Amino acid sequence: MEVESKKDVEVAPAIIAVHPDGSSVAVAVGPDLRVFDLRGGSAVSLVDDPAAEPFHKDNIRAIRFGAEGRLFVSAGDDKTLKIWSPHSWRCISTVSSEKRVTAVAVSNDGGFVCFADKFGVVWVVDLDPPLHDKKPMPLLSHYCSIITSLEFSLDGRFILSADRDFKIRVTSFPNKPLNGAHQIQSFCLGHTEFVSCLAFVQGQEFPDSLLLSGSGDSTVRLWDIISGALLHTCEVANKAGLLESDSKEDNHGHAITDLCTVLDGLLVAVAIQSLQGIVLLRCNVSSQTLSVSQVVSVAGEAFIPTCLGSSPSIGNLWMVTGVSSLPGCNYPSLARVRVISGIDVEQEPVVLGDDNIPGGEKLLETLQGTASVDDNAFLAAAEAVKTAMCNLLIKKQYPAENRESRKKTRNDRKLKG
Amino acid sequence: MSETEVNPAICKSTGLPRKRFYRARAHSNPLSDSHFPVPISPSHVDYSLHYPQLLSGQADSSRKIQFADIGCGFGGLLISLSTMFPETLMIGMELRDKVTEYVKERILSLRKANPGQYQNVSVVRTNSMKYIPNYFEKGQLSKMFFLFPDPHFKEKNHRRRVISPFLLDEYAYALEVGGIIYTITDVEELGDWMKSCLENHPMFEALTEKELEADPVVKLLSSATEEGQKVARNEGQTFQAVFRRIVPSDQTS
Ligand SMILES: C[S@@+](CC[C@H](N)C(=O)[O-])C[C@H]1O[C@@H](n2cnc3c(N)ncnc32)[C@H](O)[C@@H]1O
Repeated sequence: MEVESKKDVEVAPAIIAVHPDGSSVAVAVGPDLRVFDLRGGSAVSLVDDPAAEPFHKDNIRAIRFGAEGRLFVSAGDDKTLKIWSPHSWRCISTVSSEKRVTAVAVSNDGGFVCFADKFGVVWVVDLDPPLHDKKPMPLLSHYCSIITSLEFSLDGRFILSADRDFKIRVTSFPNKPLNGAHQIQSFCLGHTEFVSCLAFVQGQEFPDSLLLSGSGDSTVRLWDIISGALLHTCEVANKAGLLESDSKEDNHGHAITDLCTVLDGLLVAVAIQSLQGIVLLRCNVSSQTLSVSQVVSVAGEAFIPTCLGSSPSIGNLWMVTGVSSLPGCNYPSLARVRVISGIDVEQEPVVLGDDNIPGGEKLLETLQGTASVDDNAFLAAAEAVKTAMCNLLIKKQYPAENRESRKKTRNDRKLKG
Repeated sequence: MSETEVNPAICKSTGLPRKRFYRARAHSNPLSDSHFPVPISPSHVDYSLHYPQLLSGQADSSRKIQFADIGCGFGGLLISLSTMFPETLMIGMELRDKVTEYVKERILSLRKANPGQYQNVSVVRTNSMKYIPNYFEKGQLSKMFFLFPDPHFKEKNHRRRVISPFLLDEYAYALEVGGIIYTITDVEELGDWMKSCLENHPMFEALTEKELEADPVVKLLSSATEEGQKVARNEGQTFQAVFRRIVPSDQTS
């Protein structure tokens, strides 16, 4: 019943994750989890827990590698979290959630997996030992707001959670997380729309505490997580010259959908809802500012990435776009994968053609479901992607006037009199 | 308290708002989103609008709100605290629009009738369960009040309760170390719930009997608010839990 009435809400964007050492790439689209072994040059056959139902039964909403690539986690609308070994690609643990899962994170030492559910509660699972049907314990909660992103800080001291109420919470990750994480270090407040993604600025010369966030307010912001201070706001769409004359574009047209640090965090790739390609931002450590380095466009097809991935060791940026299923389309779970290589301070980045993509045709067949995606299917997908991202991220549409008053932030003027 | 001496006088001369014109639904569902403005962060709130006499100059911008009355209702507690702590800025947070308007009018008429007084109290309409961090910085508050909160009896509605293990994390964030959280209810089950939430939280410890006696604010809990007075009139029992914000033990070493 619920599924019927919210048909298009149920469309899930395609997501991608790259092993930190660049040895494999995973794409999830709809309930399908597809993994390609770049070293072996072949598709991976996942081996699920024999006791569990095979794989995922509903849209996957989150996948990621964790603990330096020793673990891989997948989870989503089927209220199931699966923890895989990227060596054997066996499922080593299955965890049941009471609600649908919206985000996942793995502690840096691989000891704990955390996931957020539809009610804004973050749960923690102790992976020692990694048994099946481990009972998750509640860790923290955002009161009735959907959590869009979960991240551990680089030093592992904090867990960060971002939500659709514009909020980023920084919480100490305790020694005994099964008793809950009660100490809030800071809130990073400044976004004026939903926060869609988080990424840490990495690299030796950077302090551990610099965080990047992307939002429906079309900005990427730089924060100090210890104090919660907003260090810099980059109006990406504006700065990258995407705004121009199309004032008809709705408010969320330039929503930031994903962030991915490349080249040890010197550069940050930004996916924007209206952009066929990505924007590269440069992070200046000494001035603590962000600036647009360049726009990398994907020519020739309507490719608006829904998710980005990269491994720090190899300067390739992986992009995927797609949706779980399109009504009236004969490509169920359509996905399209592209790669930008040569992202380097000295070089010019290039969008690789399908002939030059690492893994070649086999990889495309594995991750896309088909080696070539025809143009018409693609255009339909691009539209559906937009709808899907909107539904995923935008909680409710305020009338324009109301939205203005929300931004003004001052209330109770009356008291002045 | 002072309020009962003052109110009738204002009623005649300045027409203090009468409560019945501000009646709203008895219970609001804090889970449903209403359309009221939410400050982006504490620094986005212009408190000189709330305390025009005390926060006019720039020099005063360092003065921060220290007391918060959560679900303040018709504001009786704030009015009593205002004269008891004339140097302290305090604010009520209330979800119901009309009730908030009533409290605003009440404060304005008290300010008019008592020049120089009641300048330190104000009220905002907000959902405290979602937006505490938008109003207060870390460790800013020295007292938080939760007097006669809505009970939400059904188990599935327990997450609507304004005291819960998760929300206590946020209250611990907003309170300074040593700050005090005051709760009281006439619903025994809720009283037990609030007490056990606080007891089980690593960042709160109960005040001793002696400390409770020495604290003049404790006496206001059952007498200062409209809800408290109603319970007292009906000779109902009350259940209070008063706890101090502490540094959790795994952080002290
Ligand atoms: C039973 S009344 C008690 C009022 C007052 N404290 C007293 O003792 O008279 C509870 C009040 O809390 C308010 N309230 C409930 N949930 C709230 C929330 N999430 N944020 C702010 N106020 C809330 C209600 O609107 C109501 O006015």
